[in-house]
This record gives sequence, structure tokens and C-alpha cells, in this order.
Amino acid sequence: MALFLVNILDGLVTGLLLFMLCSGLTLIFSMMGVLNFAHASFYMLGAYFAYQISTITGFWMGLLVAPIIVGVFGAAIERYGLRRVHKYGHVPELIFTFGLALLIEEVIQFFWGKSQMAYSEPEALNFAAFAIAGNSFPAYKVFMIFVAMGLFLTLLYILTKTRIGMTIQAALSYPETVQNLGHNVPLVFMGVFGVGTAMAGLAGVIAGPVLGTFPGMAVQLGSIVFVTIVIGGLGSLWGALVASLIIGWLQTFAAAYNVAMEDILTAVGFTKPENIWDHPLQDLWTLTLPQIGPILPYLLMVFVLVLRPQGLMGKRET
Amino acid sequence: MSTASKTQAVSNPNRRLISLSNLLPWAFAALFLLCLPLIFQSSSALTIMNQMAITIVFALSYNMLLGQGGMLSFGHAVYMGLGGFFAMHVMNMVEYEGLWLPLPFLPVIGGLFGMFFAFLIGSFSTRRAGTVFAMISLGVGELIAACSIIIVVFFGGEEGISGDRTMGPEVLGVDFAAQSEVYYLTVIWLLIATVLMYLFSRTPIGRIANAVRDNEERAEFLGYSQRRVRWMSFIASGFFAGIAGSLFAINFEILTEENLNLATSGSILLITFLGGVGFFVGPIIGAIVFTLLQTVLGLYTEIWSLYLGILFVSCVMFFPGGFAGIIAMHRRPLALGKLNLLFGPYLKVVIPALTSVLSLAAILEISFHKRHSFGDDHEMSLYGITFDSHGYQALGFTIVIAAISLFLVSRILPSIKAAWDEANHAGDAQ
Repeated sequence: MALFLVNILDGLVTGLLLFMLCSGLTLIFSMMGVLNFAHASFYMLGAYFAYQISTITGFWMGLLVAPIIVGVFGAAIERYGLRRVHKYGHVPELIFTFGLALLIEEVIQFFWGKSQMAYSEPEALNFAAFAIAGNSFPAYKVFMIFVAMGLFLTLLYILTKTRIGMTIQAALSYPETVQNLGHNVPLVFMGVFGVGTAMAGLAGVIAGPVLGTFPGMAVQLGSIVFVTIVIGGLGSLWGALVASLIIGWLQTFAAAYNVAMEDILTAVGFTKPENIWDHPLQDLWTLTLPQIGPILPYLLMVFVLVLRPQGLMGKRET
Repeated sequence: MSTASKTQAVSNPNRRLISLSNLLPWAFAALFLLCLPLIFQSSSALTIMNQMAITIVFALSYNMLLGQGGMLSFGHAVYMGLGGFFAMHVMNMVEYEGLWLPLPFLPVIGGLFGMFFAFLIGSFSTRRAGTVFAMISLGVGELIAACSIIIVVFFGGEEGISGDRTMGPEVLGVDFAAQSEVYYLTVIWLLIATVLMYLFSRTPIGRIANAVRDNEERAEFLGYSQRRVRWMSFIASGFFAGIAGSLFAINFEILTEENLNLATSGSILLITFLGGVGFFVGPIIGAIVFTLLQTVLGLYTEIWSLYLGILFVSCVMFFPGGFAGIIAMHRRPLALGKLNLLFGPYLKVVIPALTSVLSLAAILEISFHKRHSFGDDHEMSLYGITFDSHGYQALGFTIVIAAISLFLVSRILPSIKAAWDEANHAGDAQ
């Protein structure tokens, strides 16, 4: 039971981290119709910028400044890159962001090399916050939960309660009408892209010390992020939240419980073949849950697409 | 009268399909490819040419989706990889279980398996085009790449599976041990696959795929199911990707997870787009240029993929037609007989443009060396000159050169623009 609780919390951390990426991606997608393939690259940039700043001024300055730099960079990409490609249609836009993801990875290797950076959590948070039956829970993960929750609530407040949020929501559905009412819709687009990438950057800043700051971190998380928003339903913010949490828990529990296929098969009534390493079904017999953990999100995506093509909470058929 | 003209209109395309003028380029290409080993005899040159041929087949099959069907796939390596893995298993069955199959027919098997998986996966992924299709192809690609590490019996885990191509029955006394014999096998399959893919683009289904790409709603009103049309192109594309995979298996005799993963899928998108998705020859140009760049640049610089990334992003931003598109832009001046107007300005810009590219690359190389050289290793050589990369002289000098050449290019550009407008302007000069 205690282990279960710890896994619930760990899964929550992973899920909320995913959601910090997915929420920005979903906002950008529902507004501009473009799926930002380079979104996870902005997450990586956030981690690297924060690392660089933290070597000079310490962690907290990096936490504040790095997301802003990423956001400004993202807005500039929208203004001078994406807007240029926009006239060719959505597929070239996607190809552009794909190229951008490649380029950002190369640029990061150009400056910081291929090895992992020594980016770690601040001293102030390097203690166990509490323990559940002997399993201690680090304070830094509590901090991560609070940052993600705070970000989500702020986003929700801005989108639903403020005038800017109203304009953004209106621009999502009827950009022409909003433009005719005198709002600067391209500026809104640029702002949303900037804020979305800044959120990805913030996720990178707080995830860097836990998941490692290395050139492969964008690829590692990138595909999972896309799978998540497809499962949640493209363009649905609540769907993204639900799917992020599901995937967070799915991955944490799969890694924590060592269920072996052998036990299940034996329980069902099969007998294990004598010479397992020459047997054609050796993989089936030696399979364990932690082994298939990484592919569970993709399997879930295929199931969701076959059974419910619009995603868990998507409105339109995808 | 009207019936006569109608039959003529109908029979015309058929006649054009097999007319001499259409056959000629193919015959030339075939002759050229068959003569190539007489010029380049070294084994490394043959390997590069084989690699090129495989990449061409793969890129053409990718363009059946992206260029002709409007489907952006991030997981096309799956069909090439699966076709290759099955071909490799069949090759091993030939060796160990005495299955009778001459090597030249192996690509058909791989192709059929690629086709089968495209049929299976396409049944749900081709429901929509655009972004949704792209995301599903990415997810499925990651799924199968991850599975390939888990299912060791079939995929061989991290070291992959290997085989021996020479164990099958000999064909006309050839056992395919020599690189040149494999070259001829690969080239013949390249020609067959290219001709078939070209013909596919001319069939009604190929034409309707274009229609669905351009406007799926209108195609539906004409009575075509957009989903069926996309599915059929997808299946055909899977077949040719499987052929490319089998050719890979025959050439390199080893397949690993790398043949299925996202990086391979991404690079085929890059190759196809650089070559030009709007033209049948685009992927061919892209594959040739990319393989050359990879082998040549890879020899000289560590950061060649950074250059590739820059080239790709600027291609998407400024030349969405790719290399083939740039060539095709000159068709109108050629038709107007005004191509000669462009020679002068082009000649003028060549040297400054080349200088600016080289000096910008030098800036990158010097800064990279400065950042990543170990200890006291300050010496670097570039373009045949050896100097101290940590001093300010070298970097300052290249920056000055870059600035001057870029300035010159910017001065010449307006005259190119004027010449271009003039060359595309029908009628006499004003």
C-alpha cells in the first residue's frame, strides 16, 4: 500500500511534467492548427539555458530567466520562421518545425557537446520532504508538483477570467471576426506561441535536474508528448490533462511492479518449456512489465485511435 | 467528328506513355547506371552507389505518400525495416532450411511483407491526412521501433540480425559474393521499382491520389472515398519501401533497430523534401545529393549534420520546391528562350556566394574547435591552412571575409532579380 502511494505521487510528477508540455502544445495547435514538432526542443533549451545561468547565479535565477529567454526565442521563431511558412499550408509548417527540432539538437551539441550536463537541484530542496513507510519522497518533487499545479491554475485563470484570455479563446474559434473587431490576431498568435514555448522551457528547467540534461532529452520526451495529445484529443486542454496523468501513472506503475509474463502464463495453466532460450516463444515467456513499460503509451494510442478516433476528450473526428 | 476527337483524346495519353520520346530518358538512365561500375571500380564507390540506389527507391516510395498523396509520415522506416527483416529471415531460411529462392527474387518477398504491414497499419492511420496522419505514423513508428528491442527472436535485440546472401542457388553462374554483382542486382531493382512507381503515378489511382491531396472534399463529391484512395497509395508505398529494405538486407547483410527508428524515418523526409516533393525526379536528386553530402562532408567535418539542419530549415523557408523546384523554375525562361539572360548574373554571384558559404562554415568550424578541443590542442587546419584556432586573428579574418562576401552578394542580388523578371517576361525587352 505504501509503495502504491509513492507510485501515485511519482506518477503525478511525471504526468504533470508531461502536461506542462502538452498544455502549450495543445494551445498552439488549437489556435494555429500547427503541431509544433519542436516543442520538446524548447523544453530541452529551457534545461540548457537554466544550467548555463545556474553555473553563474544559482538555480533560482535560472528558474526565472530561462523560461523567459525560451519564450522570446519561441516568439521570434513564430514571427520570422513559422509565419513565413504558414502560406504554404499545415504540412510544410509541420515539416518546418521538424527541421527546427533537428537544428536545435545540433545547435545544442555545437555549444554544449554530447555529454550530460552537471545540472542538479538546488541545495535548499535537497532533502526528503516526508516518508511513507520508509520510502522517502524528495522535496524537489513536491516543488515540481507545486510549480506544475501553479502553472496550470494560472493558465486556467488567464484563459477563463481575464480579458486577454477571452480574446485568445475567441481568436481560437473565429480569428477573422476577432481581427475585424480590431484585435491584432497575429500578435496574439505570436504571444501564445511564446507563452507555450516558455511553458515548455519551464518544464525543462525543473525536469533537467531529475531526468538529466543531455542532447537526447527532447527526443526522449518528444514522441510521448505527441502521443499524449493524440490520446487526449487534439486541441482539448482537459483531454491533455487526463491523458498526461494516465500516461504518467502507466509508466510509473509499469516500472515499479515487476510482473513477469512467466508467472501469468503458469497461473493460467501453461508449463514453461525446458529449453527456453531456443524456444520460438522465448520473448513471450521472459517478458516483464518494466520491459514493456516504454511501449505502453504507444499501444494505448493505437487502441484509442481504433476505438475512439477523436481521442478521449476531442470533439472532432481525427 | 466528336467521337473521333474523343477517341483520339482518350488514346493519346496511352500512345504518349510508350512513345520513343518518353522511353528515351529511361533507356539513357539504364545505360548510364549499367556503365557506372566501369568508371568507378573501387569497392567503396560501389558501396556508395548501392546505398544511393537503395535510398532512391526508399525516397521515391516516401514521395508516393508526401508528394503524391499529401500524407506526411514520420514512420516510413517501419515498412522498409520490416520488409528488410523479413527478407533477412527468408535469406536465412534459404541458407539453413534449404528453401529454394534465387537472391534476385528476394525483394519481392520483402516488398510483399512491407505491403502487408502497410495494409494493416494503413487501415486506421489513413483515415485522415495532414497533422493527424503524421502523429499516428510517429506513434506507430515509435511503437514498432520499441518492440524491435523487446522481441529478440525476430529482431535480434540490439545487435540485430544478419545473414549470408551467397548461400542461395546461383543465377546464371553468379553467386553475388562480389560487390559489383550486388550492384547490378540493386540497379536492376532500382530501375524496375522506379518505372513501376512512375507508372503508378500515371494510373487513375495515382491521379486520384493527387486530387485527394489537393482537395479531399471535392474528390469525395466525385464519388471517391478519400480514405480508400489514401489507403491504396499507402499500401503501394509500403510495397516499394519493403523492396528498399530487402535491397538493404542484400547489400549490408545486417539489419538492426536503426533501420526502423525515428531517425531513419526523419532522414528520409529530409532527403525527399530537399530533393523536391512536387516532382517525380525530386527524391532521386535528393537521395543522390544527400548520400554524397553525407559521405564527403562526413569525412571533413564533425558538424556536418548541423550544416544539413541549416540547409533543410532554409530549404523549407525559402525554397519549398527543393532542388527539383529550383531547376523547374528555369523551365519558363528556357521556353521563352531567355535563359542566356541569367548566365551573366549567375556567373557574377557564384564566387562571392561560394566565399560567403565557405567563410561562414569556417566561423562555425573555428568556434567549434575552440569550444571542444582538448587541453592545449590549439592547432587546427581548414581548407589546407593550419593555424591557431584560439587566437583572434583566424576568427577575425574569417568574419571580415564573410562580411565582405555577404555584402557583395547583397549588391548583386538586385541585378539577379531584375534579370529573373526579364527572363520570365514574355515578349521583347521594354
